[in-house]
Amino acid sequence: MKRSPLPLLTTLLVLVFFYLPIAVLVANSFNASRFGGTWEGFSLRWYSRLWHEREIWHAFRNTMLVATTATLVSTILGTSAAFALHRYHSRLQRFHYALIYTPLVIPEILMGMSLLLFFVALKIQLGLFTIFLAHVTFCISYVAMVVLARLQDFDFAIVEAAMDLGAGWWTTLWRVLVPLLAPGILAGALLAFTLSIDDFVISFFVAGPGSTTLPIRIYSMIKFGATPLINALSTILLVFTFLVVLLTHHLTREHHS
Amino acid sequence: MAPSRRTLHEILVTTPSFVWLSVLFCVPTLIVFAMTFKPADMYGGLGPGWTLETLRHLANPNYPAIIWRTIWLSAAATLISLVLSIPMAYYIARATPGLRNALLLLTIVPFWTNFLIRIFAWKILLHPEGFLKRALVAAGIIAPDTSLLYNPEAVLVVMVYTYLPFAILPIYAAAEKFDFHLLEAAMDLGASRLTAFRKVFLPGIRRGILTAFLMVFIPSLGSYVIPDVVGGPNSEMIGNKIAQRVFVDRNLPHASGLSAFLTLAVLVPLAVVWVVQKRTSGQPPTMQEVA
Repeated sequence: MKRSPLPLLTTLLVLVFFYLPIAVLVANSFNASRFGGTWEGFSLRWYSRLWHEREIWHAFRNTMLVATTATLVSTILGTSAAFALHRYHSRLQRFHYALIYTPLVIPEILMGMSLLLFFVALKIQLGLFTIFLAHVTFCISYVAMVVLARLQDFDFAIVEAAMDLGAGWWTTLWRVLVPLLAPGILAGALLAFTLSIDDFVISFFVAGPGSTTLPIRIYSMIKFGATPLINALSTILLVFTFLVVLLTHHLTREHHS
Repeated sequence: MAPSRRTLHEILVTTPSFVWLSVLFCVPTLIVFAMTFKPADMYGGLGPGWTLETLRHLANPNYPAIIWRTIWLSAAATLISLVLSIPMAYYIARATPGLRNALLLLTIVPFWTNFLIRIFAWKILLHPEGFLKRALVAAGIIAPDTSLLYNPEAVLVVMVYTYLPFAILPIYAAAEKFDFHLLEAAMDLGASRLTAFRKVFLPGIRRGILTAFLMVFIPSLGSYVIPDVVGGPNSEMIGNKIAQRVFVDRNLPHASGLSAFLTLAVLVPLAVVWVVQKRTSGQPPTMQEVA
């Protein structure tokens, strides 16, 4: 039977739409021209200029500090939440599920705004610590959802078998459960890590003096010039993102086979 | 396991996330509503006592236009995203496993790419000195003095660009489970290709479409960076006003009032989907619908 060409054409159109702006950005990061309108030859000058920007290194350090700590805490909380949601079906868990699910659908600006008011009302000094608290808050839900999806096809008989064979709770947890669920937990942690590195809106609302993160720095560069430098920085982040996606894809694929 | 031990274990694994989200998600959301009725003090904080001042300011004649623009831009972005993602999801779901994996990866990469970078890439692409503008002018499609940036159309394009992967992925997830033999059966029974698509495929992936609708419409309503970077003064959305009240005038009660309004606005599409799902749930496409 002959199929309509429309789905193929739409797919091609969408892919061009997805990658055209990114391609132009990457090409411009190697363009010697300051404004990027015309090609003035291949150059790495924006990359070397970027290397010497002290403020970017400072922002990068802040971002990494927040991302590692927020990933660690949200992975523990999110994984534990996924276990609770998977194993128990009480009324408490129905509330719990709503609590995990709602932050996923609420626009970021509302979460940023509400956390800002919360910190102001409690007179908590805005800074890296408030950014950390905010990041853990939105990462928990993502980690919980990723781990919960992996738990759906996990056979809990293995746990009972381990305990029947004399393993204690601690041994079962570390020798059976964690190794088997490691790909799922790692995929959740990677998602939390990239979300934390990428977050701008929520961080911007709860940031204080001296707690500039990389996205906040990029935003002010976008608003106030420094175009060629962002091209170079964006290209580096794009390569990094691509590697993370490949890794996550590998982790989830391994799980399916 | 004894019941008490089971309960203890449940409490142990539930408490950390439950307490964290109650304190840092539920309480702050309620605070947004409460702060709407607080006065602002001179230092950008909150004053003592309670007032209806903010509600009076929300009657500002500029707001209806901004609210209307927020709704139509979000609705248009959602519609365009659905129109593009349904055929694309159909194509991915019917592709060979290798091609399917490659297409999914190509869809996920922009979805994981930094949000600011994606918006910035469009600013470069649409720039007055940029390559797209030159090409369009050279081809005689647009006049040399047309601006591709800083208007509502630019905001719309970038919104679709940003949220499209959120529509493709859930619709693909639904299409992947769809039994494509049903389409052939429908056509064997005399339905045209379009009728089969409309009456068998679309109802079959309904859940995916509803999820995609929420995943695009709700974040669109809260857009703030996109109109801020590629939009002009005539393309401001509610999100921009909230940010201005926080970062420019530092009037937290006003920002709270607008946020409270946006929170209520977000509940509307959620309620619509809930009702639609309730009314039509548990009805997979049957042969009767085709006949």
